[in-house]
Amino acid sequence: MPTKKCPFSDFPDPFAAAREAEGIQEIDDQGDPVKMVLGHRNVRKSAHDWKTYQSGAKPGRIVVPSEVNIRDIRQIPFETDPPEHTAYRALVEAWFRRPLEEAYEAALTELINSELDRALNAGAMEVVHDFALPLQSRALTLLLNCPRQEAEHWIGWGTHVFRSDDDPLDSGKANQLYDYLDAEIARAGKDPENGTDLYAHLLRAEYKGRKLTIEEIKGVMILTFAGGRDTVINAVTNTLAYFAGNPEDLARLKENPDLTTRAVEELVRYFSPLTHMGRVATKDAEVSGCPVAANTRISLAWAAANRDPGVFENPNEVVIERKANPHLGFGFGIHKCLGAPHARQVLKVLINALARRVNKIEVTNYEDNIEQWGEFERKVGFHRLQIQIS
Amino acid sequence: MANITFITQAGKSLKLAADSGSVMELAVNNNVPGIDGDCGGVCSCATCHVHVAPEDWEKTGAPGDLEKDMLEFDDNVNEFSRLSCQISITEALDGITLKVAN
Ligand code: FES
Repeated sequence: MPTKKCPFSDFPDPFAAAREAEGIQEIDDQGDPVKMVLGHRNVRKSAHDWKTYQSGAKPGRIVVPSEVNIRDIRQIPFETDPPEHTAYRALVEAWFRRPLEEAYEAALTELINSELDRALNAGAMEVVHDFALPLQSRALTLLLNCPRQEAEHWIGWGTHVFRSDDDPLDSGKANQLYDYLDAEIARAGKDPENGTDLYAHLLRAEYKGRKLTIEEIKGVMILTFAGGRDTVINAVTNTLAYFAGNPEDLARLKENPDLTTRAVEELVRYFSPLTHMGRVATKDAEVSGCPVAANTRISLAWAAANRDPGVFENPNEVVIERKANPHLGFGFGIHKCLGAPHARQVLKVLINALARRVNKIEVTNYEDNIEQWGEFERKVGFHRLQIQIS
Repeated sequence: MANITFITQAGKSLKLAADSGSVMELAVNNNVPGIDGDCGGVCSCATCHVHVAPEDWEKTGAPGDLEKDMLEFDDNVNEFSRLSCQISITEALDGITLKVAN
């Protein structure tokens, strides 16, 4: 279904040639190179093989760009391997599935509708900072089960909790989050038995017969703040851009709200808000016919796998009713995104609200957010997206 | 109407019935433990993995190509693995038994 493409709602695939040719591409990252794995099957295969490709390396090393120079705290369960990973994940899995509960969805619906009220009343806005950032921050209060006004701090931190706009590795920025978390954990620690937020949940949790350390609790919280920040902001912003460029799809969703679930998955595939995630080889190995030396890095390029023409028909088209859609937008294997139920619910509620309430979205100005990975230039979202909305 | 029996990881047996939709939807609507259906049934999350009883394999049939791909690197795969969101409920499934894989 070829659609006419507007420049702002088109997210090209920069990986096509390399995925087809070698299926793998090495890029530099602060002197610790990364072999990006690009094909759908090899990404799944490597993600599955956590013994060879570990996550429990030095904290920050599996992230690209590497954060080893700006943080020592291990993100949990994300930067651990089984058996620790299994035990940590079991402590938080049920909590991160609360978004599927009716009351959570109702609260999220109320929240997103009030964001949309604001937008419709104004008639015009800059989506990233005036809509997506506050929406992401306020929705996160539901995931933490903390007071809504906490979000006002987080909004002040900007779009990324570790990175400032002009410096992708800004340790001053990270400290702001750490100080905040220390204060919050101390507050929750005054009455962990009766606390109802995520901090209290973690303070009560038993890990292998002991309580979690403050360091471990911080590790979970940092993951919660960092993992769902720019990813959700990009997904929300890109969704608005997409419907601005493809109003017929919004009209179809209005007529047929049952399509929403599939539309969410398809937009996550197409946008792939997290381009890739690294792993460290525990021994000499091989991916896609290419040797990977022990203690070097690969990355699982979800975004490249999600455009693999061997798996997806018309991979560069958004087909909102796509039925078989084995995308890797939330990762694959034991480390798959813990926040996925929340993110899916945010997008589902947002799309429903847009379909029901919005007649027209018009982009009046924008600035793409282009990531640079070696030779690859990938549009992941926007620095600014100015729209009119009615 | 098709009667479908789910055996959970804990060994509990749940008899459910439906005449349309997917097997995953039936399980999720009835809170069968271990079937989450996170992706809503588009073959992306593998949280709907079941093992079909060998004698019922003919009734469900083998997985399609994309489904087979996703199962290839899933945990606890065996020769009777299916992603239950890819199994549509019809009369023909009446009487089958599925074991929850995870
Ligand atoms: S429900 Fe997600 S793969 Fe079946």
